[in-house]
Amino acid sequence: MVATTAPTEARIWELLEEVSDPEVPVLSILDLGIVRAVRVEGEQVTVTITPTYSGCPAMGAIATDIRLRLLAEGYAKLAVANQLSPAWTTDWMSAAGRAKLTAYGIAPPVDGTATGHALHLFGKETTVRCPLCQSANTKLVNQFGSTACKALYQCQDCREPFDYFKCH
Amino acid sequence: MPPVMPEVSPEQTAAAAHAPAVRQLLFQYVLQLADTSLVLGHRLSEWCGHGPVLEQDLALANIALDLLGETRSLYQYAAALEGRGRTEDDLAYLRSATEYRNPLLVEQPNGDFAHTVARQFLFDNFHYHLLLALKDGPDAHLAAIAEKSVKEAAYHLKWSSEWVIRLGDGTAESRQRLDRALATLWRYAAELTAPTATEAALQAMGLLPDYDDLAPAMQAHQARVLAEATVPVPTVAPFAQKGGKEGRHSEHLGYLLAELQYVQRAYPGLTW
Ligand SMILES: [Zn+2]
Repeated sequence: MVATTAPTEARIWELLEEVSDPEVPVLSILDLGIVRAVRVEGEQVTVTITPTYSGCPAMGAIATDIRLRLLAEGYAKLAVANQLSPAWTTDWMSAAGRAKLTAYGIAPPVDGTATGHALHLFGKETTVRCPLCQSANTKLVNQFGSTACKALYQCQDCREPFDYFKCH
Repeated sequence: MPPVMPEVSPEQTAAAAHAPAVRQLLFQYVLQLADTSLVLGHRLSEWCGHGPVLEQDLALANIALDLLGETRSLYQYAAALEGRGRTEDDLAYLRSATEYRNPLLVEQPNGDFAHTVARQFLFDNFHYHLLLALKDGPDAHLAAIAEKSVKEAAYHLKWSSEWVIRLGDGTAESRQRLDRALATLWRYAAELTAPTATEAALQAMGLLPDYDDLAPAMQAHQARVLAEATVPVPTVAPFAQKGGKEGRHSEHLGYLLAELQYVQRAYPGLTW
């Protein structure tokens, strides 16, 4: 397909909203906060993304999905660039993204807890609300969960286990 | 198909900023870091499906994955620093044990869970503090990799520290196993902060932190964790084991690489 109109940055941002995180499909990559820049120079489109976790297997899939989405619009001169610094943080996740996560049953990251708590051992965990019953009476089951970005919690009131999109 | 853009990678740009002699030293050092996280990540992945409980099986696999992610960034940079057309895969899969530059600690076999925890604790305490220093270092690309990885290393250190405390201050059985692990592994810890000629040269140029500057924070954290674990700080081993960072390895690394590299060695050039 040949693009009927030349790419504009605004159009590219709209299309990126339709690319989802393969591991948490309710989130778009914009909700996730990993798109750092869109550059359009004539026909050439460059999208710069920041990896969430170093070993996250979704990053390769996301780069491919970006290419496919833009190609489907006829934008063929594409580059997806990786940028390591500044390192991605959950503080970049959008308010819409946080609401979608909660509705999906995953507790969103608690703001301002992203860095510097490495050496607090035991018992200083952030209070995470249960996404199902909103109780704050929850406990950390495992700092490491089903994917690199999640920790496993359990609600002490409704007893449901749930994922927490942990701060980073 | 999208046309392949003839781009200069960020790694190549970063490498080009250094004079050839410095580039060669940095290549050796970044390779050492990459080998270290690859070998330890591989060791941890051997636990997959064998963890003592499901949650800890997941924790070990997650830490392994983080280390492999860091490994990839480092090998990509190493390949650019070397500038001879080798790729990250060539560096990981097509070098022999004597070409590997990881310290001996990380190639030691998993042993029991206490042994793996003790090895991880000794490594994480160094790794975390090293990355903290590297992220503010003068090489911008290494700093970017460290800035990314230190967040993950913080979770690792928290995990291994808490497990040292649980096992040390746990049952008689867990304590005995942790004591045995620390007594065995302590002699490998000194190599982490003993500079090789390459490291010393980079430190003299200010490209690497002086390991003496990392020592106070490392020792403070270690002392705090061991005190909470009610474990006395092991006395310095009479014969510290080192040489891995210069390619002199224990017999264990060959077996590890035989498994890690098997497919690529048996079917050269095979891709997914
Ligand atoms: Zn609940």
